[in-house]
Amino acid sequence: MIPLSHYLVLGAVLFAIAVAGIFLNRKNLIVILMAIELMLLAVNMNFIAFSHFLGDPAGQVFVFFILTVAAAESAIGLAILVTLFRNLKSINVDDLGSLKG
Amino acid sequence: MSANLPLIAFYVSAGILILAALRVITARNPVHAALWLVLAFFTAADLWLLLHAEFLAVALVLVYVGAVMVLFLFVVMMLDINFDRLREGFWRYVPLAGGVGLLMALEMALVVGAREFGLQSAPPPGEPAPGYSNTKELGRLLYTDYVFPFELAAVVLLVAIVAAIALTLRRRKETRYQDPAAQLSATKAARLKIVKVEPDRGTPPAEGQAK
Repeated sequence: MIPLSHYLVLGAVLFAIAVAGIFLNRKNLIVILMAIELMLLAVNMNFIAFSHFLGDPAGQVFVFFILTVAAAESAIGLAILVTLFRNLKSINVDDLGSLKG
Repeated sequence: MSANLPLIAFYVSAGILILAALRVITARNPVHAALWLVLAFFTAADLWLLLHAEFLAVALVLVYVGAVMVLFLFVVMMLDINFDRLREGFWRYVPLAGGVGLLMALEMALVVGAREFGLQSAPPPGEPAPGYSNTKELGRLLYTDYVFPFELAAVVLLVAIVAAIALTLRRRKETRYQDPAAQLSATKAARLKIVKVEPDRGTPPAEGQAK
């Protein structure tokens, strides 16, 4: 049998990889969005593992809502990215300083 | 041997998942990163199947691999970007990112490790009863206890559709558009002119025509 801790540690490692990815690719908006998707995946992994081991399907319902919100988030994020590229011809985070006083 | 089969499946899937996640954040080309992310989602769905979350595993493949990642690939391929400029400072941040990541993983592994959530302290549940359907159970919960959050999720998706279209829709100057309001408000008088022609003289010659 697979112990619960295996899934939790896997989720933790996945989350840490995603955080490191945001550090590494802090100029590339697309990869930052992908790293956020990885973080949500790690969180969902924990939810489903706990849901299975506690025998409570409410955790899976919550994952369902996270998937919905994450899909909406990435759709709007990519729309903003396309608009940004159309106006600036760049998706470099360093170029996005127009709100700076 | 067969008792260890789920454990072997877990280790193989977890290894592939971590490898794919590492390639997502280190790939030079974002198209490759998106494809590695597809592999990561697929492997995660595999792990969710091991946890008897069949509905969500299928939903993850359908929604993420089928829709979100295709959207990512579309956007990455449409934009014409110099990716080498975006990788400036990548190696400079490797020690910091690796340190922070390793520290976070270690901290969380200490808290959620085998001591607190091992087989003794968190005994795994038995196999589900025959005839148990994960999809049916989730559907029952979604349409009874969680029906208002479910409708709220639908509204969130609707807002996302409207926002994505509103953000990316633009009017090109060089393209011709129909104006339905102008078309509908056109009257007969604006389009049609009836000219009385006298029978014996025929139509008057148009201006500029010879003879």
